[in-house]
Amino acid sequence: MEFVTSKLEAAANWGRKFSLFTYPFVTACCGMEFMSVAAPKYDIARFGAEFPRFSPRQSDMLMVVGTITEKQGPILRRVYEQMAEPKWVIAFGVCASTGGFYQNYHAMPGCDQVIPVDVYIPGCPPRPEQVLDALIMLQKKVQEGRGESIDSYRRAMAAQTGNQ
Amino acid sequence: MARSVLDALTSRFGDAITTRSDHGDEVAVVARDRLVEVATFLRDDPAMAFDSPVFCTCLDRLHLNEDPRFEVSWQLRSLRHRQRIRLAVQVPEEDARVPSLTGVWAGLDWQERETYDMYGIRFDGHHDLRRIYLYEEFVGWPLRKDYPKEKRQPLVRRTGLE
Repeated sequence: MEFVTSKLEAAANWGRKFSLFTYPFVTACCGMEFMSVAAPKYDIARFGAEFPRFSPRQSDMLMVVGTITEKQGPILRRVYEQMAEPKWVIAFGVCASTGGFYQNYHAMPGCDQVIPVDVYIPGCPPRPEQVLDALIMLQKKVQEGRGESIDSYRRAMAAQTGNQ
Repeated sequence: MARSVLDALTSRFGDAITTRSDHGDEVAVVARDRLVEVATFLRDDPAMAFDSPVFCTCLDRLHLNEDPRFEVSWQLRSLRHRQRIRLAVQVPEEDARVPSLTGVWAGLDWQERETYDMYGIRFDGHHDLRRIYLYEEFVGWPLRKDYPKEKRQPLVRRTGLE
């Protein structure tokens, strides 16, 4: 029985990794590079992730593209929370990853301050090849059934059953 | 060209005006209580006709050891006469307020709100003086030179995920 369910899981994950629906949370200049990745030359459609959904409820991959300010923190958090499980997050560019060159009053030092991030892409902005590389890394994670949000859910469940 | 504007202001308002030239820009430093009067003259006099306010901002001269600490300035442009001039008001730290010029040029509304947001200068007579970029929970004035430059004021952070 375990053999069957694990095979089913693997098949589901295989389906998931080639049909990632993107929610582009685009705030800054990295958005130009995101468009380049989506456009025919680099063509993110080759990896099955070409379909941006502008509703978090219909998407399973959140792309945080650009600088996140402290004022935007609650908005980003809400978008993330509205996405259905399983879900993954890519931090696109150094600003989304670490705050980049902003070390001041308004910029958040990386969007992982408010939401868990699966893959970080460096670069200011990143080359489209880097983004595709990150996508392949994420697909590997999806195939293995891993992900920050899944893992934290499992940890929470384990802690709960441990208490009983 | 703008030299003649400065001369006109000096002859009309006398002691209320001191003038200087900043990198090719003519500046009229106006006494705080005469500001609206001077601005109205600049807008309405046909020889002046300053119909376009370009920006409003503030200078914090904390580390220049100048007294008073702030200088709020308004850059004006006359499209009709093709000239520009800057109005400036010296503002002390303990009484950081200036008259609002939104009654003269309505377009300065958001400019003055930005100056308030970043420097904490109160614009008397502004109809809606709220923060424009930052959130209401923010404490302090980030572009003042004594604001710690890496001090953040987070609204949310992750908890209990690790």
